[in-house]
Amino acid sequence: MFANPMILFIQVMNSLSLAMNLFIIAAGLTLIFGVLRIVNFAHGAFYMVGAYVALSILRVTGDSNLGFLLGVLGAGALMGAMAFVVERGLLSRLYDKEHMLQLLFTFALVLVIKDLVKMIWGSGQYSIGAPPFLRGAVNLGISPYPKYALFLCVMGPIIAVAIWFFMERTRWGRILRAAREDRVMLNALGTDVKLVYSGVFVTGAALAAMGGALAAPRSAVDPGMDSLVIIDAFIIVIIGGLGSLLGSFVGALILGFLTVMGSIYLKEWVIVASYVMMVVILLVRPWGLFGKADEERH
Amino acid sequence: MTMCSASTWEGNEMSLLQVEAINVCYGLSKVLHDVSLKIETGELVALVGRNGVGKSTTMRAIMGITPPASGKILWKGQPITRRPSHLNARAGLGYVPEERRIFGSLTVWENLDVARLPPREGLEPWTEDRVFALFPDLERFRNRPGGLLSGGQQQMLTIARTLMGNPELILLDEPSEGVAPLIVAQIGEKIRELRDAGVSIIMAEQNLDFVLNLSDRCYVLEKGVVVYHGTAAELRDNKDVQNRYLHI
Repeated sequence: MFANPMILFIQVMNSLSLAMNLFIIAAGLTLIFGVLRIVNFAHGAFYMVGAYVALSILRVTGDSNLGFLLGVLGAGALMGAMAFVVERGLLSRLYDKEHMLQLLFTFALVLVIKDLVKMIWGSGQYSIGAPPFLRGAVNLGISPYPKYALFLCVMGPIIAVAIWFFMERTRWGRILRAAREDRVMLNALGTDVKLVYSGVFVTGAALAAMGGALAAPRSAVDPGMDSLVIIDAFIIVIIGGLGSLLGSFVGALILGFLTVMGSIYLKEWVIVASYVMMVVILLVRPWGLFGKADEERH
Repeated sequence: MTMCSASTWEGNEMSLLQVEAINVCYGLSKVLHDVSLKIETGELVALVGRNGVGKSTTMRAIMGITPPASGKILWKGQPITRRPSHLNARAGLGYVPEERRIFGSLTVWENLDVARLPPREGLEPWTEDRVFALFPDLERFRNRPGGLLSGGQQQMLTIARTLMGNPELILLDEPSEGVAPLIVAQIGEKIRELRDAGVSIIMAEQNLDFVLNLSDRCYVLEKGVVVYHGTAAELRDNKDVQNRYLHI
């Protein structure tokens, strides 16, 4: 296996592509947890909605580059709008309540969204093709590689840098970081923290939906696709450290490589490999690789 | 006494801030009983009293963080009772909490930046440069995380941060607490400079000397009740009130 650099290269690329796909979802999850302190079980469901919305948009626009772009952006916009209604109307009433209620709420959201998806799109399986300009393979020197998988490898770091820039280099990012530390004080300094919370939830949900739309060409679109990613996304944010963007990025890489490489070398053991890895990491660093031990302030 | 209608009376006597008989409860225990006070533009008013008599609660009630169960708070004659604190901040109230509540992972400059509010008419706007001129120590540490500053520097930063919102009135909670005596003198000097710059201040303090040196008028609190009110000079001469309510 190692003797064949071409196969190894392809597996590395597959790992990266899966890792970046997962990172896009985990990033939204960790953003919401970091600021709102809410563990959003519905994040996978948002991701699924994104894929279905893109599917419907593509049916209208037809198969084209522009249609794909509209599908991704439309998925983010529509899910964002729905998230705004959910956050303002329901979730915001739970911020001061115990965590159990918030968990129950986001779990209830999963059930409702799943049934809505089945009512609207049925329980069949669909697929979305890659946009025309990303079809086929490109020669990377060692081996040809599918353009769309390569595109995902590139999108991950771009989104990571964009979020990092937003958080660290813009005033809005500074306000989010301040809200994460002390929302009562930030409010007393003139920022409407409620609005900040809405914005974060909406952004996180939109990220999840765009992630779902982007992932659709490399997987099937069906009512079970959320369960697959939400577990992976949680493993990523837990090993990376809840609330840490860098942690999510590294966690996604670890899980991506473990899943792809593991399926070759570990065979059937790959199913437990990710959990074993999570247990080992949490034994060594209970707060995750990049989490902070004293993160809990409330 | 002249008779006049309510509206002209308010027009003539309207204070910058008026607190009328507020009651504040934490759960089942009542911590403020009919507390009333007022401050005119340009004044420095002190709330004095031992630990736990309700000074901080009064500040938090005015700011809208711990809203009163009953009573009225008027800002320039307009009721602001139970208004959310971000609206109070935007209207010109600044809050400097006792626990300082610096955003520890944000740098000094970032702490100032998140507190920035538009300039206010009739007041020279506060900018980083003006804040750094008042607190030169902060400029040296502008890129250091707030959590790594010393207690005195954090106290300066929490005042500086509130100034970035261009407040007309600052609620200054225990500025001398937990800082070295030398720094206390420095902070006193800064407070005087602020007052000279036209900012009105309500200051909660346990340190009587500090209060008597700086303030125009004092309210003495004991178990959630205002038990004495007078000018700083009157309080200085009133050993009876000092012994009963202020000495430990």
